[in-house]
Amino acid sequence: MSQFGINILFVGGSFLLYIIIAIWAKAGSTKDFYVAGGGVHPVINGMAIGADWMSAASFISMAGIIAASGYASSAYLMGWTGGYVLLAMLLAPYLRKFGKFTVPEFIGDRFYSKNARLVAVVCLIVASLTYVIGQMAGAGVAFSRFLEVDSTTGLMIAAVVIFIYSVLGGMKGITYTQVAQYVVLIIAYTIPAVFISLQLTGNPIPALGLFSTHIDSGMPILDKLNQVITDVGFNEYTADVDSHLNMVLFTLTLMIGTAGLPHVIIRFFTVPKVADARWSAGWALVFIALLYLTAPAVASMARLNLMNTIYPEGTSVEPIEYENRPNWVKEWEVTGLIKFVDKNEDGRIQLYNDSPAFKDKADARGWKGNELDVNRDILVLANPEIANLPGWVIGLIAAGGLAAALSTAAGLLLAISSAISHDLIKGSINPGITDKGELLAARISMGVAIVLATYLGANPPGFAAQVVALAFGIAAASLFPALMMGIFSKRINNVGAIAGMLCGLAFTLTYIFVYKGWFFIPGTANLADTPENWVFGISPLSIGAIGAMVNFAVAFAVANVTEEPPIEIQELVESVRYPRGASQAQDH
Amino acid sequence: MSGHSYDAEKYWKANLRLIFGSLIIWALVSYGFAIVLRPMLSSIAIGGTDLGFWFAQQGSILTFIALIFHYAWRMNRIDKKFGVDEE
Repeated sequence: MSQFGINILFVGGSFLLYIIIAIWAKAGSTKDFYVAGGGVHPVINGMAIGADWMSAASFISMAGIIAASGYASSAYLMGWTGGYVLLAMLLAPYLRKFGKFTVPEFIGDRFYSKNARLVAVVCLIVASLTYVIGQMAGAGVAFSRFLEVDSTTGLMIAAVVIFIYSVLGGMKGITYTQVAQYVVLIIAYTIPAVFISLQLTGNPIPALGLFSTHIDSGMPILDKLNQVITDVGFNEYTADVDSHLNMVLFTLTLMIGTAGLPHVIIRFFTVPKVADARWSAGWALVFIALLYLTAPAVASMARLNLMNTIYPEGTSVEPIEYENRPNWVKEWEVTGLIKFVDKNEDGRIQLYNDSPAFKDKADARGWKGNELDVNRDILVLANPEIANLPGWVIGLIAAGGLAAALSTAAGLLLAISSAISHDLIKGSINPGITDKGELLAARISMGVAIVLATYLGANPPGFAAQVVALAFGIAAASLFPALMMGIFSKRINNVGAIAGMLCGLAFTLTYIFVYKGWFFIPGTANLADTPENWVFGISPLSIGAIGAMVNFAVAFAVANVTEEPPIEIQELVESVRYPRGASQAQDH
Repeated sequence: MSGHSYDAEKYWKANLRLIFGSLIIWALVSYGFAIVLRPMLSSIAIGGTDLGFWFAQQGSILTFIALIFHYAWRMNRIDKKFGVDEE
């Protein structure tokens, strides 16, 4: 069977499975549609959170980012996992006890203000929409590479599949497809990693292989990698970063951003009890860690494999001839994600760091610039080919990458559509709507959200590339502090919360726009986005944590000079703190 | 449920203490060992690199898992002790 046939079999088979699950898990009420009926087992929910959370970015891009910058990228590993500690202790159990359907609903009720709810809806939609565009675009890339269709057609196919199971089943359909998608993506990610770890270190567990001995050289694998890449001018893989402050703030922004992202929080509304919300945060992190502990191993081993491919005889001898390049390089060249330019016209592929510090050595070897551009995103997808693994592993990777993109897209689309149908339509425009009417409204908003996301995925606007800055910055600076203060302080009132959210948001967005352009329009940046220009060396991606502090400070200051919240609101805060009665809370 | 009773207040304080202790460890392994204190741990070698690198890429994630399960387990016992657990 051809590789194309194998890929079709794996991807088609997985899609068929998702659709069968969707038909089985059809939503009959708004409670089914928004919170999967509220009866999801904590381990199952943990697995669904894993798929919901691990996006095309985690599956496809993260290992590539780590491979490129080594230790410095650890912020992603810690940031995208450490947020679950905050969720488990500071948000999830209390929001589950509150027992409603959406994140803006809690903010609106707790701060007794439709305006607060509206601010939360806007933050939710901007953060989730930015995020979902990346998923749709990722699905398009995976399709175009593995199924030989153009990426717009690929995107349409993905959209139709998401449409079927999320419009039909809502959260209920999404929950059980996410469980299936988790299984597909974790197998797809792990199998090639195990093979590669075995080839390089003899250790079948990649996370342990990372700290084992490289068979060919007899050196620890990280030492070997450091040596090979510094030979051609790159920084050491394990080198420390220039600014500890920036790395701390970036990690913190990712952590509180993770905890404040609505599509993750609403998954905790689906379990029956408060205790289950705590357990499912733990299970979620176990399932996430299976991939996150493997990713750094994949990153370092793939980078070493890439170097060995280009320099088969070692870095002291000349690299491979372009004519003899392996097949996977040829295939990825077609997609434009690998580019070769023979700058010194010797017919060989010089891959090295084109920096001033390395110039003398490069000149001495007759090198006239780096000749190979490898897009970071292909690392995981090309991994099986780089390591010469059998064809079915490549089919599996295709299905896994699509599972990661689709599961996250569905979770985000649900967060968007429930904000529209529940917070805007039922909450403001038509409070008297029947359950049936609201369910229909939820399905229509879901359909519209999918069409919009598909369109933007095919024609990505400038802000689509700014997922980390926009989605995590907004969630960190606006939603997380508002939710946390709503639970942990009885004193924060409506004006305090709204002022806090708006100031945190304005501060964060201004700092981002100054370096990245106003509303990300090219050419409108006030300062170049380089470390020398950053205030105290803090990158625009790390500013969300400071924005959160601004939010907290403003909210406390304003609340303290204005009226205390009414007594029934203080009682509401009391009630979310005690687990008893959670099963009744949702039947409203 | 007795919203304003003395026990309810003690329950909330017990929760806050547990959260506070957990977050100290959470910050120590990630912001501490993995980033700010990494240079101090550089003498402790592990598989071709240092302990700080291990905490940054694996150790902190494993600690986070332990923290959440410990919190969930302790809170269930505290819920029962104060009689606010779910039926």
